[in-house]
Amino acid sequence: MRRRPPGQDEATTWEREVPRSGVMEGLVALLLAVAGVCAAAFAVLYVLDASTQLLGLSLGLAFAALAAALVVAGKRVVPQETAILDKPPLPDPEEREEVRELVRDAGEGVSRRGLIVGAAGVAGCGLGAALVLPIASLGPGADARLARTPWRRGRYLVDEEGERFGPDDLALGGFLTAFPEGADKEEVGSPVILARLRSQELDLPPERRGWAQDGVVAYSKICTHAGCAVAMFRYPLYPPQTPPPALVCPCHYSTFDPRNGGERTFGPAARALPQLPLMLDAQRRFVAGGPLSGRPGPSYLTVRK
Amino acid sequence: MIPRPHPTDDAVRFVDDRLGASKAVKKALRYVFPDHWSFMLGEIALYCFAVLVATGIFLALFYSPSDSDVIYRGVYEPLRGAEVSESFGSVVNLSFDVPAGLLIRQTHHWAADVFVAAIVLHLLRVFFTAAFRKPRDVNYFVGVTMLGLALVEGFLGYSLVDDLLSGMGLVIAYSVLMSVPLIGAQAAVLVWGDAWPGSPELWPRMFIVHVLVIPLILGGLIATHLTMIMRHHHTQFRGPRRTEHNVVGTPLWPAYALRSLGLAAAVVAVLVLLGGLVQINPIWEWGPYHTADATNGAQPDWYLGWLIGGLRLVFGYEPVVFGYTLVPNPFWGGVAFPLVVFGILYAWPWLDRRRERDQAHHQLLDLPRDNPRRTALGAALFAWVAIVFFVGALDRIYFLLGVPYEGQIWFWRFGIFVVPVLVYFVVRRVTTELSVGRARVLRGWYGQTVRRAPGGGFEVLTPPDGAAPSVPAPEGPKGVTDTELGRVINALTATLNDQRPERLDVDRLQSLVTDSLGGEEKLAVVPDLNGAQVLDTRGERLADIRFAGGAWTVERAVPARDELPASPREPTRGEKARARARGAWRKLRP
Repeated sequence: MRRRPPGQDEATTWEREVPRSGVMEGLVALLLAVAGVCAAAFAVLYVLDASTQLLGLSLGLAFAALAAALVVAGKRVVPQETAILDKPPLPDPEEREEVRELVRDAGEGVSRRGLIVGAAGVAGCGLGAALVLPIASLGPGADARLARTPWRRGRYLVDEEGERFGPDDLALGGFLTAFPEGADKEEVGSPVILARLRSQELDLPPERRGWAQDGVVAYSKICTHAGCAVAMFRYPLYPPQTPPPALVCPCHYSTFDPRNGGERTFGPAARALPQLPLMLDAQRRFVAGGPLSGRPGPSYLTVRK
Repeated sequence: MIPRPHPTDDAVRFVDDRLGASKAVKKALRYVFPDHWSFMLGEIALYCFAVLVATGIFLALFYSPSDSDVIYRGVYEPLRGAEVSESFGSVVNLSFDVPAGLLIRQTHHWAADVFVAAIVLHLLRVFFTAAFRKPRDVNYFVGVTMLGLALVEGFLGYSLVDDLLSGMGLVIAYSVLMSVPLIGAQAAVLVWGDAWPGSPELWPRMFIVHVLVIPLILGGLIATHLTMIMRHHHTQFRGPRRTEHNVVGTPLWPAYALRSLGLAAAVVAVLVLLGGLVQINPIWEWGPYHTADATNGAQPDWYLGWLIGGLRLVFGYEPVVFGYTLVPNPFWGGVAFPLVVFGILYAWPWLDRRRERDQAHHQLLDLPRDNPRRTALGAALFAWVAIVFFVGALDRIYFLLGVPYEGQIWFWRFGIFVVPVLVYFVVRRVTTELSVGRARVLRGWYGQTVRRAPGGGFEVLTPPDGAAPSVPAPEGPKGVTDTELGRVINALTATLNDQRPERLDVDRLQSLVTDSLGGEEKLAVVPDLNGAQVLDTRGERLADIRFAGGAWTVERAVPARDELPASPREPTRGEKARARARGAWRKLRP
């Protein structure tokens, strides 16, 4: 049998040097002692409930001293050797041929290989379909869950404290976050952002003419790009009044125009912010005039349905 | 007198008595590590992983994965009375109420950041030195997989905290999953358990994936990675006595073991010092997350910066057909972009084999300059990713320098295609100069040239007007490139030493040479008195095949390309055109 000759696959020394340096041995001992003292200091500081900074400093310095000791020992105290290791080539043609035959022999005497392979393909496809398709049962459920929002005609808007409020609580250029009264605030469909502009600035589509009250417009606060809260309102009160008013999402800077129904003016979002129609009750407090104008939150297959 | 046994003898005897492992131990202790600083990057990642496991176990003992609302009543005054999730509350408590808790948490977070950084640098080293070539391509796949898992693991880790920043990240992840064409909405509802913010089970699920599932897979892959390294042995750079068939370096015991343990201690030291002295992710300042909250200037942990950049850069467009939104926008930056990057990384060994027509085993590493095209392609790829990374922080550029954000985004929407191409050409030029230009005189001629005179003796050539005297340059191989000749020599060496023939079968060697040149008969193998020679088409001897010292050797008979002075070459088409234009201009001038 052909086998590797002796001496291969074993490292042989090329150069070897024994440092014999008393100074370096002393340095290693000193560094190890420093590591021990620092570690003990950590223990004491821990018992004294010292600050995070002191704890980190003492433990970190202990490890730093240990690292220095090990490196000095590895480079200046123990014998330094350069060795050469001869590597036999990885593939072994004889063994490979034997394995190849063993694998090939499995088919010995089988005459209808094509038939069996074909049938196995049928089994694989069938099983794959059987195991994957049940995911579809989530389908209609997902759609219904994503479409649901708590906004109905007549539902009161409340601020973060849960108080009802009206247009007089909002100054020109101001904005605040509102929720449907009594609903779960964490749902994507809940939060809306109310912003106050000048009535004459608004340029809402014709069918949304009555949706603003005293220049206050309400949009879903969840960005139609990636679901972050549209938490910024730009409204330059004094000249130069450019750039124009905008609602901006701080995650990817999708920018929406509050004057014309929340259309996107910049950034990666592709849909307008859904608008909430506003009405006032007898005490001039905000009431929803109907559901949101579209599905809130990030896009998916049926989001525009 | 009986010699006293050495204090370590007992340990050796104990192991051998119980396990009979002396042979294996000897092999392990004599395992050879080639010395190069860049081989430490993977080790740093390994030691970071160890720190992550140790600190992570500590943190897991105090963390509670739950989104149920609690009123915070801990020691941090500004948050007292606030409604927070149990997750967030437990992390604030372990930061302020558990002794050394904040140190451990910050060390854990820093270790995660350094872990991914070390993996990425290790990947770059492997990429640009071509360590991914056969037989290590399989191990390279394991490494790329670990990088992907580390990104997911890191994202889950900081999402678990449920502070304002991580909540924003999590809702973006939800939207990105939802943006997968056709099945996205179902997939997101499946993973989150319900529409956002998801079912309460989400938190225990994320927790178990973060502390058990992914660490277990990573541990298994690390073991696989190391086992394969031991089987293949390390690669090494070219150097004295280093060949394709050996490893030259420091044996594990004792010097390398001490140095590597020293590196481990240094990694721990840096991470603990960072954890103690440099604040990271002060969640009590961000506050808890609620769906209706977001903050400006948010940046994720560094290793996710390329994804936020991808999301920000894309045009605001979604294809809609019959009211169905086919590809929601976050898909491009959040799914397609990382899939393409990882797809290229996975395909790279195969692409490189095809491009180089190189099926051989490689144990010696290339320097980046050795293969300008590979280095330039890699640099262009990484420039592409780096630009997207940078785009994720353009809002910071606006705050620092006042350059309008919208303008920057528009610039990079096109720059993303242009800059990598420029990087390709610049890097290719620079690496080519580095590889061939070392022997070229840059400006003028400072020296003298001595030549052996035809009739014996020597003569000094004095240049006429500061120009280099024309000395016939030694020529390289004709008809084959230097790389191809190197490949032929490698193939011959490997085969001859693998088979150790007593007599040369010239026909077999000829077909081997032709195969390694992609099937073209550009070189001939002819027998001579001592063995054989490799000749090029004009009959010039390029290499000798000799039997020496019990082994076959193949030696170059022509100098390697980078030892050659620049040979006079045909002017390129551009140079010819410029020369014609100069001539025409001279004629026009009075």
